[in-house]
Amino acid sequence: MSISYLEALRMALGDAMEADPRVFVYGQDIAGEFGGAFKATKGLSKRFPDRIINSPISEDAMTGMALGAALDGLRPVVEYQFADFASVAFNQLVNNIAAIYWRTGQNCPMVARLPMGGTPGGGPFHCQMPEAWLSNHPGLVVVAPSTVSDAYFMLRDAIHCDDPVIYCEHKYLYYHLTADFDKHRAEHLALGEAAVRRTGSDCTLISWSGMVHRCLKAAEVLARDYEVECQVVDLRCVRPLDTETILASVAKTGRVVVVTESWPFGGIAAEVLALITSEGFQHLDAPPKRLCAQDVPIPFSPDLYAAHTPDEMRIAEAVLDTMAF
Amino acid sequence: MNDVERLAHLRWMILARVLDDRMSSFYKQGMIPGSVFTGRGQEAFSAAGGMLLRPGDVFAPMIRDLAGRLAFGEPIIDGIRTCLGKRTGPMRGRDGNIHRGLPAKGLLPMVSHLGAMVSVTCGVLLSRRLKGQATGTDLAIGMTSIGDGGMATGALHEGLNLAAVEKLPLVMMVTNNQLSYSTLNDRSFACKHLVDRALGYGMRGHTCDGTDADACMATMADAVARARRGEGPQLVVATLLRLAGHGGHDDALYVPADLKSRFGDCLPLSERTLKVQGVATEESIRALWDEVRQEVEVVVEQVLKERAPDPDEEDWCAYSVRDLKKVRS
Repeated sequence: MSISYLEALRMALGDAMEADPRVFVYGQDIAGEFGGAFKATKGLSKRFPDRIINSPISEDAMTGMALGAALDGLRPVVEYQFADFASVAFNQLVNNIAAIYWRTGQNCPMVARLPMGGTPGGGPFHCQMPEAWLSNHPGLVVVAPSTVSDAYFMLRDAIHCDDPVIYCEHKYLYYHLTADFDKHRAEHLALGEAAVRRTGSDCTLISWSGMVHRCLKAAEVLARDYEVECQVVDLRCVRPLDTETILASVAKTGRVVVVTESWPFGGIAAEVLALITSEGFQHLDAPPKRLCAQDVPIPFSPDLYAAHTPDEMRIAEAVLDTMAF
Repeated sequence: MNDVERLAHLRWMILARVLDDRMSSFYKQGMIPGSVFTGRGQEAFSAAGGMLLRPGDVFAPMIRDLAGRLAFGEPIIDGIRTCLGKRTGPMRGRDGNIHRGLPAKGLLPMVSHLGAMVSVTCGVLLSRRLKGQATGTDLAIGMTSIGDGGMATGALHEGLNLAAVEKLPLVMMVTNNQLSYSTLNDRSFACKHLVDRALGYGMRGHTCDGTDADACMATMADAVARARRGEGPQLVVATLLRLAGHGGHDDALYVPADLKSRFGDCLPLSERTLKVQGVATEESIRALWDEVRQEVEVVVEQVLKERAPDPDEEDWCAYSVRDLKKVRS
């Protein structure tokens, strides 16, 4: 059966609530017929009338509430309407939730769902990528699924995880990515594992979330037009990093480009490059590169927006530069 | 409240004062890193809150709530170990002074960010409701605390609004001690009285004189009873004066003399009332202080023998899950 990335998320929420009475969802506009700004909870109120709960526009309090419920033994899932608004909850996430296990020894099993990433016309406050600023704080697991199967299994695993998980879901993929999916047969990769989405021996492309698909398209162009075979690594989990898979791929290809629609400064791409240069320097045949969003807030105009984010052509050019070194 | 309970209230106040003073002296001796933060002058109100709680309730105390913590059941030794940064304390040297708690026993450890614990307390109460435990007219309640300074934070506003929307059995203790560190009320809020905020949130407001132990207890008892009956969140504002610096490092020379002249100290005031009414005598009160000092000193002696945390014994891991690859739903 072909389902969308968003339907996979909805299925994961429903199945998790079916399997575990401790799970509930708290967020803005998620209850009743409406089912959320993006419809991730559509229909779930009928099945679980008391466990899909509308909150006031209070990201800080929603998040603190989740910590309290988790400490009391439940498995809360908080939905922010857009990842951008998680900045309002920054204090609860990084000071209260991230630190509680280290401080007290009591773990905090909760999931914060952050609809992130760009869609044209979203502008500066509806397209942000929050994974870098949340990954900086020890205590948070940060994941960013790129496939329908991952959307399902990673959300189930995140809810099952005994530590707080920041679940970054890509808004463009919600409706635009569909795939045949049978939860009983599909491959269930582990939460903290990176995946090799395409094998190749010339250059490694490392990415996560929506940008994985652009890397795969660029890899096809490079193979077809330039006979350059890229290995595409999907990080899936950006905190912690699957260092083994990253370094094994760099050892195989000797060349690497990290691609992200996040900003460059102090980001996940910088962290991956730091890992590669300090732990895998001996494998490198060319300087490792990163290709990020433009280092300005996210523009509103579709033309500006298209130039803000790496696309297949720019990814292919970055790989060719690396190959030419 | 009967006289036995009034004397118990006094005892918690004295215990908090003695323990606070002991920690202040350790700080002056250079034995406590960071600073010490005491509840001097706020013991009557804080202890009243703690005394009205019972097992199953949840309490998120703030910076000046030693009296409430002790009355809720925090062992004396926990505070001493935490202030001295011992491995044996509840925070194991990883966190210090007032940032301590025992979440499994309903004592939530505060973060320094004011107002942040209101919604966390609400989360425990919402959890109880979702688990079907919040039924009847004798509910387990949540209690937390804030000052006149913290009343200006966004987190406090979001938390109180959420408590009201969810009609949670929360008792919000507000101690207007006139000082947000060095800043006076006129730079912290512009409403006539902080209790007026209750109306805006849709909750019942209460006020009391924070230097009058009996008034604190009566007011808090009413608020707690209403919360237990299911009347929703209660906002209680006590007015008093902070009788110490913000922390041990602060001489508080900025406190205006006229402000000092307007407020008394709840502890001697309570002792005087109990003596005048024949509930206690000079001798019985002196004996109480001696007994409490001895109780604290025994624990202090034990903690001083305990060793500091060893960096080599730390596991330096902020995650309870050590291998994410093994997490599988």
